[in-house]
Amino acid sequence: MTHSNSITWRYLPLGEAALLLEGTPATPLANRYVLALADQLAARDLPGVGAAVPAINSLLVPFDPLCITFEAVREHLEALLDHTAPAPETPTRVVQLPVRFGGAHGPDLDDVAAGCGLAPQAVVELLCGAVLRVMMVGFAPGYPYIGPLPEQLHLPRRATPRTAVPPGSVAIAAGLAGIYPARLPGGWHLVGRTDARLFDPHTVPPALLLAGDGVQFVPVIDEAQA
Amino acid sequence: MSAVLRIVAPGVLATVQDAGRQGTQRHGVPTGGAMDQFALVAANRLVGNAPDAAALELMSGAIFELRATTLLALTGADLHTTLDDRPLPLWTAVLARRGARLSVQARRGGWGARAYLAIAGGVDVPLVLGSRSTNLTSGFGGLAGRALRAGDELAVGPPPARLLELAGQRWPTQARPAYSAQPTLQLVPGPHSDCFTPDALERLRDTTLRLSHSSNRQGYRLEGIALPHAHLCSLPSLGVLPGVVQVPPDGTPILLMADAQTTGGYPIIGVVIAPDLPLAAQLLPGDSLHFTPVSLEAAVDARRTFRAWCDAALDADDALTMLRWIEMLA
Repeated sequence: MTHSNSITWRYLPLGEAALLLEGTPATPLANRYVLALADQLAARDLPGVGAAVPAINSLLVPFDPLCITFEAVREHLEALLDHTAPAPETPTRVVQLPVRFGGAHGPDLDDVAAGCGLAPQAVVELLCGAVLRVMMVGFAPGYPYIGPLPEQLHLPRRATPRTAVPPGSVAIAAGLAGIYPARLPGGWHLVGRTDARLFDPHTVPPALLLAGDGVQFVPVIDEAQA
Repeated sequence: MSAVLRIVAPGVLATVQDAGRQGTQRHGVPTGGAMDQFALVAANRLVGNAPDAAALELMSGAIFELRATTLLALTGADLHTTLDDRPLPLWTAVLARRGARLSVQARRGGWGARAYLAIAGGVDVPLVLGSRSTNLTSGFGGLAGRALRAGDELAVGPPPARLLELAGQRWPTQARPAYSAQPTLQLVPGPHSDCFTPDALERLRDTTLRLSHSSNRQGYRLEGIALPHAHLCSLPSLGVLPGVVQVPPDGTPILLMADAQTTGGYPIIGVVIAPDLPLAAQLLPGDSLHFTPVSLEAAVDARRTFRAWCDAALDADDALTMLRWIEMLA
């Protein structure tokens, strides 16, 4: 175990060919370290080490154990952690995303508002009131985990997940916001919808949002519903 | 480029697959690729392709017609396959003539789910995110991002030189994984042991597990055991990979396979070592398996052996060897 800035780091094998680096507590700072480490690793291109997968408070580092040992990968990561500053708190790239909230676009907005003890408009204002950060991309191609959301918007997942959520749906759960890039099953609360294309396998990079990007939701008035 | 293969019937599921996508996981794009990476490598090497070239992953019931004379090899499961009504030798490079009909029936010999058909030159579909493999979940890669259908035609890349010399070469029997009807998969204990009761790994080792009918290329639900969480175990999402055995709150383990999501949030009790994933790839719903926990050192040794199998020298076909003898004697 190593420590940096109040975060404890554990190095765990995930099979014979991957190392999981996990930081606790799972704070936004741990996430910023993980993102910075992923970039550092990519820049170094160590022989036998594959492309790392950053998540909320962990980094999955695939490697070829016939080229480099678990211990050697661990030592590289320890040294990198000593010399790596966390990714900036203020994102260098901010993506503005127009979102139509409520109604057919966000069928759970009223329930979310009731669950949080807020008016629907207050939920929208809290979501749009600040630049949020993409903490990771996962679950499905191009699906961003955006957060952390203000405390007032913390809700558990829906008791019963939907079997199909429309593409572009903006959803919240567990202190985070997400956007469904395609028609997918989903257990998050749907509050709005964007026309932005989140994933296109034929572009580079294929995902609109990258871990570390800023996201600014911009409410748009749907004239059909106004 | 002109077509080499026409799909007469796709069978249960036929897709274009290769070694999968590297470096795209941070965008949420799964590795994908052939479920049985060993059989893919073997089929490709037999016909002179690069080991990671695109081939067809087949399940039972597929029928193909060759539109050109070509060298092909079928590896993996024995799905009772014939070429123009004659049994097709598996793990062998076979020269097949234009107009020939390849018919893949169903499992025989007790084990097997997927066979791999490599064609000299490799299946030529566009590279998407660095790979030709089909991602069925998101609908990209392979042929138009979907499973093959009757009437589809496939072209191949430029074939390797001296095809005739490759015909008849066989993959050595001793350099193959221990495919079986009820395999034992080696498992490196996972990072979340504190989420389970202390005897969980032992119970997992001592139980015969069965693939549920909701199993697919993304993952296998394993019936026969419930591994309750020792306490409420809420994890932030973390990166996962094929081989991970995760346990949702209902206690039913899920073995992640080639098309698994890139991240997950359930506690991980262990990770099946990569060299044993081909054994898992050859299971069908209803089949049984066992897990045995192994050390990291044993897992790396298994990987070394596996790598040696992948690099094995190919056997010359007996008949061809005899022909060469005759040539030498003449």
